[in-house]
Amino acid sequence: MSKATKTVFSGAVLAGAVAAAISGAQLVTATDAAAANVKCYGVAMAGQNDCAAGPGTTCQGTSKVDYQGNSWKYVEEGTCTSMELPGGRMGSLEPLERDMPA
Amino acid sequence: MPSAPDTQDLDAVSIRAAILDPSRANPPTVAGPRGKQAVKRFNVYRNNVTVSLIEALVDIFPAVGRIAGPTLFRDMAREFVRAHPPSSPLLFLYGHEFPTFIETFEHAARMPYLADVARVERAWLTAYHAADLEPLAPQALAAIDPEHLGDATFTTHPATALVRSSYAAFDIFDANRTSDPVGKIDASRPQNVLVTRPGTEVTVIALPDGHEAFFETLLSGGTLGEAAQAGMEAAGTFDINDAIGGILSTGAFIAAQAAN
Repeated sequence: MSKATKTVFSGAVLAGAVAAAISGAQLVTATDAAAANVKCYGVAMAGQNDCAAGPGTTCQGTSKVDYQGNSWKYVEEGTCTSMELPGGRMGSLEPLERDMPA
Repeated sequence: MPSAPDTQDLDAVSIRAAILDPSRANPPTVAGPRGKQAVKRFNVYRNNVTVSLIEALVDIFPAVGRIAGPTLFRDMAREFVRAHPPSSPLLFLYGHEFPTFIETFEHAARMPYLADVARVERAWLTAYHAADLEPLAPQALAAIDPEHLGDATFTTHPATALVRSSYAAFDIFDANRTSDPVGKIDASRPQNVLVTRPGTEVTVIALPDGHEAFFETLLSGGTLGEAAQAGMEAAGTFDINDAIGGILSTGAFIAAQAAN
């Protein structure tokens, strides 16, 4: 691999690319430094605990969900219909025939 | 408690097993007054543990949540929480297996791009909490003898992650991380996503064609020459100047080593 590499990208080619990159990079780092900010710890993100008065009363943790094959409503709630896949291949909104409630 | 370590351990094990699984019997030591079973009381704890972990996933994966919708997301998250309880008390480390879990989740199959969007979101949080390290300085790259540039290798910044996708993982991620309206997105366009954090802000970009092979080679310890070769083999449009510019502008690395 390294032999083939050297025939394609000589040190001179790479050195030229490095030189070109550096002249552009200095502009970028200068702007970055100006925009540098303080990192704020402990704000937001994962982990707040719900008390029993909030979602706690919905018994999320105690229900045993039964998935139904015709759960197309799942799809309509989100933005997933905005993501287009050719031919509806796997983006089908058709309900499945199985696991229907008796 | 040194007096009865065995009972304590046994108790912890049985509570751990039962806390996320409502089909399991309550731990025998959790009891109400006069030794009555405390099913409802224990269910409050079951519920709080489960809901707090689901909420953690909601916070870690907001774009996935928006695409899937709250009902599907929470159902999927609840199943995940039961199959993969956290191994660390630090919730920002939670959910690394969630993308793979999404791939196996029957009701997410109609959204085959969802797992890759989750990978980008998980990488975002890892980058956010990664150590603060200065990215590779242009001068450090310039200091390498041109003769040895082809054999130079790079040390990866701890925030850096590459997500290769057969779908438009970047566009979908980008459009769904805000609450702005989402237009039509062609999900079938493959995109490779680089997550970095050169300063305090996490940066997520879609890599130009060939750059994914270039970066992948460098991230796995390959030389600059090997990376350039891999980039060129991956895409005819690969431009070595742009790629080396990307090494510096993305902040994906912290050091470069000339070969010995």
